[in-house]
Amino acid sequence: MGQFILNRILIAIPVLIGVTLLAYFLVELAPGDPVTAFIDPITRAQLGEEWVEMRREQLGLNEPVTTRYVLWIRELIQGNFGYSLISGQAVNEQILNRLGPTILLMGTALIIGTVVGIPLGILSAVRQYSWVDYLTTIGGFATISTPSFFLGLGLVYLFAVRWRIFPSSGMRTLGQDDTTMDLVRHMVLPVAVLAMAQVPLVMRYARSTMLEVLRQDYMTTARAKGLRERAVLLIHAFRNALIPLITIIGLSLPELLSGAVIVETIFQWPGMGMLAINSVSARDYPMILGVILVTATMVLLSNLLADVLYAVADPRIRLQGRKR
Amino acid sequence: MALNVTSGTAPTSSLLLQDEPVHPRKRFIHAFIRHRLAVAGLIIITLLGLAAIFAPFVATHNPNTVDLLAAGQGPSHAHWIGTDEVGRDVFSRLVYGARVSLSVGFVAVAIYTAIGVVLGSISGYFGGTTNSIIQRLTDTVMCFPPLIIIIAAVSITGPSIWNVMIIIGLLTWTGICRLVQAQFLSIREQEFVEAARAVGVSDTRLIFRYILPNSLAPVIVAATFGIAGAILTEAGLSFLGLGVQPPTASWGNLINLAQSATILQKMPWLWAPPGILIAVAVLSINFVGDGLRDALDPRSGRD
Repeated sequence: MGQFILNRILIAIPVLIGVTLLAYFLVELAPGDPVTAFIDPITRAQLGEEWVEMRREQLGLNEPVTTRYVLWIRELIQGNFGYSLISGQAVNEQILNRLGPTILLMGTALIIGTVVGIPLGILSAVRQYSWVDYLTTIGGFATISTPSFFLGLGLVYLFAVRWRIFPSSGMRTLGQDDTTMDLVRHMVLPVAVLAMAQVPLVMRYARSTMLEVLRQDYMTTARAKGLRERAVLLIHAFRNALIPLITIIGLSLPELLSGAVIVETIFQWPGMGMLAINSVSARDYPMILGVILVTATMVLLSNLLADVLYAVADPRIRLQGRKR
Repeated sequence: MALNVTSGTAPTSSLLLQDEPVHPRKRFIHAFIRHRLAVAGLIIITLLGLAAIFAPFVATHNPNTVDLLAAGQGPSHAHWIGTDEVGRDVFSRLVYGARVSLSVGFVAVAIYTAIGVVLGSISGYFGGTTNSIIQRLTDTVMCFPPLIIIIAAVSITGPSIWNVMIIIGLLTWTGICRLVQAQFLSIREQEFVEAARAVGVSDTRLIFRYILPNSLAPVIVAATFGIAGAILTEAGLSFLGLGVQPPTASWGNLINLAQSATILQKMPWLWAPPGILIAVAVLSINFVGDGLRDALDPRSGRD
């Protein structure tokens, strides 16, 4: 198993380097000159071309792009993500402030998605071709086909505007004490939208892995031993079907983060998604670069974690040392 | 994206066990027709496609004509779905929006399927270092949450319908690449490929004439689901104001209006119809994809 985990980590290193390269060169393509971006044209004319050239030299902008990349990486390792062009604040500080709310939102959606999705998926696998199976599958199709922003707006329209059960935006009610209850009330609608996308995903994988397990020889063996059907399903099938689900929960993170962008915009939730949208609209490139890097690293690490957990959970990998 | 749907009918084994060999195309059509939801989806998406192509004949008004006297009206005989805040006819905008939304879906998928097939074939056929490099590249691109990297790219190139198509195409080929690579890895070991290689068939010919045609079925299925996904992505981008720019209508930017509280509250005819239309179109395409999966691969369709 140690070999397997080491392998995964060794693969993750070039990928991490690739992530920084891709992110850096994407933002490098951005139009505009960082030196003059914040100086109004009149001041610029007064300062003259020589000043601009001096600034460029000072900032290292005249270096070739590869040198700048290396310099940037060196700063990055020391925890310097640069400064926002808009607020002047350190990028890493702003991202850290936004990380909490997003993780709260996604984590809750992930838990709900898993807790609801697994039983539904297993149920429809065990009762394959029954009305339960038919209904959950079509329901799942309908949910993944509905745009999350439409779902979000629909929920706001019904629950916040019409019936006034839940607040339509933000994380806290202004001018009120910060109570957990208040936070939970604010979370209901955005989490619902994210979970609606997560449930069918988990359900589908739970269903297909369970079907796969149900076909295995050890199921027949368990039945032949005279075990009751309940025991066969719960002990032999269920536990084996859970293992591949570790992977899908890790793999669903990019989509969840994408969903967070839309959901946070609709519900004005002060997280990474809103930060991404705001910095994109303001063309705040250091901030965009920071958001891309942090989210991509989160995905990379969660996939690595999923692989490791998979190896821990599945003795076949633990002993064999190789996946698939 | 995709889910398995059961057609709710018995497996097609009766057809497969017949003594006379059945022509593959006949079997395909037969299996597809059994999937009633797929057929329904195909009919709906064809109708939407026709409405998009013949938009000038279907639309009742010019989609961009401003009529301030008729601004903000609900559904009526003159304006079937109503008018927006400057009096443009919503029904006509939806019809023209179909052109934009559907074509973004198809073009983006065409781009990324091409990239994915080429990279996946090279990776799977040659293996070794080439494979490692392409797979690490795929891993890298897969790390980026799609919407975040797409909005970043759009902010750099500027939002427009073409940029949206190209960016979605350039950033979402990874799934197809993985699929094709896996197909190649297994097919290249099969006897008919070995036989062809033994008689001296060239690499190019082996890839294009022997292996690729045999690995296309799952690609077609994935691309179909991909069209549904790309339509959703474009809609999301346009909703955020980073996709197709007004006054050009797309289903996504029509819903963008509902970010204003007054419109959300007082004019549901502006944002509900495009949302429903996106859901119906995407659902239809997903059903078609599911039907194709059942029909192209009788084994995988059964679970």
